[in-house]
Amino acid sequence: MKVTINGSPYDLPEGATVAHAVTALTTATSGVAVALNEEVITRGAWESTALSERDRVEVLTAVQGG
Amino acid sequence: MTGQMTEQAAGPPPVNGAAEEDRFTIAGRTFGSRLIMGTGGAPSLEVLDRALAASGTELTTVAMRRVDPSAPGSVLDVLRRRGIAVLPNTAGCYTAGDAVLTARLAREALGTNWVKVEVINDERTLLPDPIETFDAAERLIADGFVVLPYIGDDPALARRLEQAGCAAVMPLGSPIGSGLGIRNPHSIELIVEAVSVPVILDAGIGTASDAALAMELGCEAVMLATAVTRAQRPERMAAAMRSAVEAGRLARLAGRIPRRRYAEASSPLTP
Repeated sequence: MKVTINGSPYDLPEGATVAHAVTALTTATSGVAVALNEEVITRGAWESTALSERDRVEVLTAVQGG
Repeated sequence: MTGQMTEQAAGPPPVNGAAEEDRFTIAGRTFGSRLIMGTGGAPSLEVLDRALAASGTELTTVAMRRVDPSAPGSVLDVLRRRGIAVLPNTAGCYTAGDAVLTARLAREALGTNWVKVEVINDERTLLPDPIETFDAAERLIADGFVVLPYIGDDPALARRLEQAGCAAVMPLGSPIGSGLGIRNPHSIELIVEAVSVPVILDAGIGTASDAALAMELGCEAVMLATAVTRAQRPERMAAAMRSAVEAGRLARLAGRIPRRRYAEASSPLTP
């Protein structure tokens, strides 16, 4: 299953969830937020939200700014 | 003795006492420091950490960006250690839709419903887009956010944003990172008169006198980053800004003398 995570292509196994997409990038679970196709997925729903072909996942955190 | 005590109680409080009592409030939350620091532009987290400590800030902005697995350390760890509250911004957004999504992600990641709404119009000036900013503010307020919008020095827009339910307004002194100071002090004064929510001077501060001027004009607080983080000695400049904000606030409370065309002797003119 081909998905885009933070702008880069990834090939994940069928049945992969948002949680899998996050662990592909970081081991942090706090201070991190996820948008799936421009919708926020709350932390509690990462494991239960399955990904589909061509999904766009954004994994964000706070950085220096402002 | 009794008379003396009564007189003391009736007179103005001592200056230090006044400074201690003089806290400011945004959306029911009270702060002792009137200096809000940004975290952008520091050469390292160590330099930032020392500058934040020297500034005395209690509220600090962060931006939301894609997770970088190779990033060394986290600005959040620094803020947590210092006990500084975090104010996420929507820097880098060009549309209301982007700003709304960024604010929601920040709420999820950081556990705060406060957001500094920043929607810029072009890359060269980074000036805020009033239409997109207003749209984003309305949508985020409806979604339960405490919204602090970054705006131009426009009293009419400030009033409209207050009416929409913003918790504060953050007019610029001059473009972000420019260090040009407050280009239109008159507009800042008009904004202070126009709204009853806190006015926080944001962007353009170059040095301590700019921060003092913002407070003298009646702003409730000053927000700055570059002036400190890119100063040759950030920690020292942070201390300077802290003093400047306190001095400007005290001068505002003290009430300055009117400007005159001609001299007014402060010594008797007769021998």
